[in-house]
Amino acid sequence: MSHKCGCQSGDAADLTALAPVLEKYAAVKGSLITILQQTQDIYGYISLDAINYIAERTGIMPAKIYGVATFYAQFRLQPVGKYLIMLCKGTACHVNGADMIEEAVCEHLGIHDGETTPDGLFTLNNVACLGCCSLAPVMMVKTTDGEETFGSLTKSSVRKILDDYKAKSAQEG
Amino acid sequence: MKVVVGQGSCGIATGARKTSDEFERIVSGRKLEGVAIDKTGCIGTCYLEPIVDVYSDNGALEARYVKCTTDKVERIVEEHLIGGVPVEEYKIQEQDEAFLSRQQRIVLRNCGKINPERIEEYLAADGYVAARKAVTSMTRDEVIEEIRISGLRGRGGAGFPTWFKWNAIKSSPGSEKYMVCNADEGDPGAFMDHSVLEGDPHSVLEGMLIGGYAAGASQGIIYCRAEYPLAIARLEIAMEQARERGYLGKNLFGTDFSFDIRIKAGAGAFVCGEETALIASLEGERGMPRLKPPFPAAKGYWKLPTNINNVETYANVAWIIRNGGQAFADRGADQSKGSKVFALAGKIKKGGLVEVPMGMTLREVIYDIGGGIKNDRSFKAVQMGGPSGGCIPAELIDTPVTYEDINKTGAIVGSGGMIVMDEDTCMVDMARFFLDFTRKESCGKCNYCRIGTKRMLEILERITRGEGKDGDIELLEELADKIRDGAMCGLGQTAPNPVLTTLRYFRNEYEDHIYNHTCTAKSCKALIHYEISEEDCRGCTACARQCPVGAISGERKKAHHIDPSVCVKCGRCEEACKFDAVKRV
Repeated sequence: MSHKCGCQSGDAADLTALAPVLEKYAAVKGSLITILQQTQDIYGYISLDAINYIAERTGIMPAKIYGVATFYAQFRLQPVGKYLIMLCKGTACHVNGADMIEEAVCEHLGIHDGETTPDGLFTLNNVACLGCCSLAPVMMVKTTDGEETFGSLTKSSVRKILDDYKAKSAQEG
Repeated sequence: MKVVVGQGSCGIATGARKTSDEFERIVSGRKLEGVAIDKTGCIGTCYLEPIVDVYSDNGALEARYVKCTTDKVERIVEEHLIGGVPVEEYKIQEQDEAFLSRQQRIVLRNCGKINPERIEEYLAADGYVAARKAVTSMTRDEVIEEIRISGLRGRGGAGFPTWFKWNAIKSSPGSEKYMVCNADEGDPGAFMDHSVLEGDPHSVLEGMLIGGYAAGASQGIIYCRAEYPLAIARLEIAMEQARERGYLGKNLFGTDFSFDIRIKAGAGAFVCGEETALIASLEGERGMPRLKPPFPAAKGYWKLPTNINNVETYANVAWIIRNGGQAFADRGADQSKGSKVFALAGKIKKGGLVEVPMGMTLREVIYDIGGGIKNDRSFKAVQMGGPSGGCIPAELIDTPVTYEDINKTGAIVGSGGMIVMDEDTCMVDMARFFLDFTRKESCGKCNYCRIGTKRMLEILERITRGEGKDGDIELLEELADKIRDGAMCGLGQTAPNPVLTTLRYFRNEYEDHIYNHTCTAKSCKALIHYEISEEDCRGCTACARQCPVGAISGERKKAHHIDPSVCVKCGRCEEACKFDAVKRV
């Protein structure tokens, strides 16, 4: 019996990169979270196609996989932009004005928490704590080749950081 | 000579890697012989990062350079490494050394000293001596007895006696048992475990090994936050090296005791700090707690006996076994023994990690070590225990930091977050902030927690928007009571604490919001407006140029004016003004 989810997301994605992950973990009990983490590492997010494929290979119901994927803050079900902004909303950052920084980012990019700019450049994600509390307010910008952390942010410094990324991306073409 | 660059997350965020690269570049460019560039974890003085230590060949610290950005490197190489004279003006100041000298370090004993990626350095600092001693010369009961004498209590927040848990799992029948390390530091505003894992991963592994021996477990699992990639990387290196040297694996120290550890990356859920939720997550499920008993010591991971301790708890163990439980118990206070690591942050001058003997007062921690409040403003409160804790007001600043004394204030010691607040912090907004957090993190299993936190949040949001009503405070108190009684796990039971403590100590602020439509701290946007002081304004036009809606008018060199009907309260004018002429009213 197939447990395939009916709400397909359009074009079938290339799932070949996921095969080795399932090769390794499909039969290991309790490894669903690990599988989802590696899926996200490969594709940047977890697509419905990926969920169906994992279901097929592991025998776990798609609804359950979806349930786990939506339970944890780390998992994303939508693709993200080239630059993923992880804006820290921990207590120290909150006390030091993280809300103002969020406002500046939202205003500057025209997006809200969880959204991606129409040009696919930036995604804004508010996160609970990055663990650099003494540098509050803090944000981390993640790209495919690593991440960079920025501390002691002000409204103007955050605008400049975003502009620098825009310029960098334009340069790369 | 050795140049050691502190590379914990804080250091890297302030550019420590660039500083290290610059040293490499200049040192190799000058073909300097006998200068090694190395790295270490976080020393704790995060506010001084990047930090560079220069050691002589015999291992003596010659100089500690602070805020050592790339532009300072050339001069240090020139004058110190080549010329032999330390650059005085870049060195740590005397008053900053007080930050370190007032501390007593057990957990952080190696942090900022050794290279966490080299087991040789951990071994040179008496690493794995305790493990060998426990496994080869002590019985399992003797190990547990030593921990009992030490008085060590769980450092994750609850403060439960560690020996009791170890004894419980030891007494559970079965041959397959698990030692789990909770490294899923979830309190937003706490970073102790983070720094220990990055700065001294072997101390955690050794603690788990000793615990495993006492419990009769052969497998360890570290459940680590996925947001801590550097910690995971360093743990993996440490585990690999420990296996090569025979400190993990089969037949350790020539006995029949075998123990190995693996890492499982968490995926971000605060509720997984609760033991049974953590176990569900380890099994690949949604991290939802279940009723206890059975306790994990009887039925945990895959229904097998499991013991869960926090990173900091494990990091104490090797020291206790090496120095004896009594040496640990000699420090600290009556019921709260030893030392505790706190993450000092918020409106504090010298933020960072501090390890102090329990029983030290909040005043000593905040003023003597932390240097007091940023910009010399007045101290209003300190938040301890994160979303499960509360705000301790200024009048209680002489409270000793022990589990019992902090509990009496309505807050908890928690995992060690200490967020300092000044007069600009609105306490109603703080309560709203934490409720927003717990509401998002509630797993949804219990109605009171799922719906109750949502209702409380809605009320708090209304109050901070200036739409509070008569009866709101009483309703908050009633909901708080019900949630505390009706929730199954610690997350729900403690969720109302931030509201209850702020109501207890700052009720007037709630009343100001509701009845006077003012925000005491002038922080809630809906309840303030901006004005320009005619006296202070120089007419420089900086504010008018920044205003996105053209609400500011005025001639050059004359006082400006904000039209409140146009102003959107974005605060850009306040940020732009160099003369503090823009005021919140």
